[in-house]
Amino acid sequence: MNASYLLRRVGYGLILMLCVVILNFLLIRLAPGDPAVVIAGEMGGATEEMLESIRQEYGLNEPVITQLAIYIGNVLRGDLGESFFFNQPVATLIAARIGPTILLVIVAQLLSIFIGVVLGVLAARKPNGLMSAFVSVFATIGYAVPVFWTGIMLIILFASVLPIFPVEGMQSVRLRDAGPITQALDIAHHLILPAFTLAIIYLAQYARLSRASMLEVLGSDYIRTARAKGASQRSVLFKHALRNAALPILTVAGLQFGNLISGALLVETVFNWPGMGRLAFDSILRRDYPTIMGVLFFASAMVVVANLLTDLSYRLADPRLRGKS
Amino acid sequence: MKDPTIIPATEGVEPEDQLVTRYKAESPAREAWRMFRRNIPALAGTVMLAIIVLATLYGALFYTGNPFEIVWAPHEPPGMTPEFPLGTDYLGRDIVAGILTGGGPTLAVGAAAAAITMLIGITLGALSGFYGGWVDNLLMRITEFFQVLPALLFAMVLVTLFSPSLWTIAIAIGVVSWPQTARLTRAEFLKIKELEYVTAARAIGARNKRIIWTVILPNAMPPLIVSATLTIGVAILFEAGLSFLGLGDPNVMSWGLMIGANREYILDAWWPVTFPGLAIFFTVFSVSLIGDGLNDAFNPKLRER
Repeated sequence: MNASYLLRRVGYGLILMLCVVILNFLLIRLAPGDPAVVIAGEMGGATEEMLESIRQEYGLNEPVITQLAIYIGNVLRGDLGESFFFNQPVATLIAARIGPTILLVIVAQLLSIFIGVVLGVLAARKPNGLMSAFVSVFATIGYAVPVFWTGIMLIILFASVLPIFPVEGMQSVRLRDAGPITQALDIAHHLILPAFTLAIIYLAQYARLSRASMLEVLGSDYIRTARAKGASQRSVLFKHALRNAALPILTVAGLQFGNLISGALLVETVFNWPGMGRLAFDSILRRDYPTIMGVLFFASAMVVVANLLTDLSYRLADPRLRGKS
Repeated sequence: MKDPTIIPATEGVEPEDQLVTRYKAESPAREAWRMFRRNIPALAGTVMLAIIVLATLYGALFYTGNPFEIVWAPHEPPGMTPEFPLGTDYLGRDIVAGILTGGGPTLAVGAAAAAITMLIGITLGALSGFYGGWVDNLLMRITEFFQVLPALLFAMVLVTLFSPSLWTIAIAIGVVSWPQTARLTRAEFLKIKELEYVTAARAIGARNKRIIWTVILPNAMPPLIVSATLTIGVAILFEAGLSFLGLGDPNVMSWGLMIGANREYILDAWWPVTFPGLAIFFTVFSVSLIGDGLNDAFNPKLRER
């Protein structure tokens, strides 16, 4: 991997983020009504002085290009505006919420890749076996279930029938002052249901994909060679085949990241998980536009970073790509 | 060996081979239909979807009732009162009426959003793949930009900024879903535009516009039809998610809205959220069975098996 490639990728990511900022700006301008009122939030009950101070701050009396420059300048300084509902800067609000979302999304992603790949590999051993049938039926079902409904069904199941997992929030109130290990375990306990709910859809897709990818690889000559030299079934499957079948899985994992964040939005709302999705939901109900735009900005930034990391790990995983740019 | 041009076409051909020849001459659409017809899950999906569409279109004729009207005591469990076989919700509204009327907007928005997705995606993908060069570069950068935006969040923003009507929702879903279709169309165009029949069309003087729409596009259709089917499923899930969050049209009953409205009371009553969820599930499930069936029918590799 060379440095100029890395720089180019990072630069491209930054340009994409700049486009998100411009899009945010355009959306506020295009929304019907006075932009100052839009920014203040329709439920905010903004006074005329408040509107005037917003016009001053955002330069809404200036030409559109100047307004855009001011907006971009503000974002560059880390100022995403002020939420009039929470009476706090948007950046502060999001800083408090981004951790739980990243935790949920990454755990769900790892869970779905791990379980999905194991199921897929097991299914690929017998292409017409029971496991293969299960994987393809499960994938079709997983695709068709609304994620928020799965969450609700799990809440009903685990709240009334089998109360072994907490169904709401991220931490137990009584453990707020406990030691760090107890707290971490408590969060992990709360994380199980939301992460699993989010993982189910993608798990099914990874299982199907890794089954197909493995079947393709298992037919190749080097697998026959590995078997001929007496490698065990497990070694052939997980060492020789899976490493080569992993590339398409990695690509899809990168592409899925945006969808995963969309799913997290619904899952957070269902489980009252204190992340960005929950924040977006609350601020949309209150028409708190600066916060909504801030969430859109940070969620897109997460996708850009995820795409960048996928791209880099792709190069690490495939030696053929390393030298190229 | 004699000059091959003067051999009559049928010489030395057994009757059995002639049958094979006729079989191969069958039109691709007919052949796909023959494959699809034999696919039991795909047929089951078609029947299931037909029942759902008929029920949402004509169900209200046989089962009168306004889904917003309070008709009974709240949280009547299903199967207790013959008039309300699926029970009532937290306000005492009939769940069967909600399910029968709530499917309409979900299906309509799903279909409209899929149409918008295909329109944007196919147009941009076709131009990108056909012209290449800077057009391709520009359009693909735009596509990448739209893939960075988390779709549901962006749709939520659009619906909130521009009042939530069924059209706004369909357009919002279309605007966030087209990049994948554009990429697929582009890939098909890149492949097909190198083929000989395209060169032949060019040789007889066909203009670019005609080559794009009447020569290449029809041949790129099979994967696009499969993708369109799956897009309908995704759009239905999107609509359900937006309505669940309370961002649908508040004056129209929909399955997502029923789940969202009854969310707070799930621990008192499981049925008001379970049945609309099953309705969404079976709709998307039937659509995806059809999509898988079409995929198998169009895919020549699988045909040989």
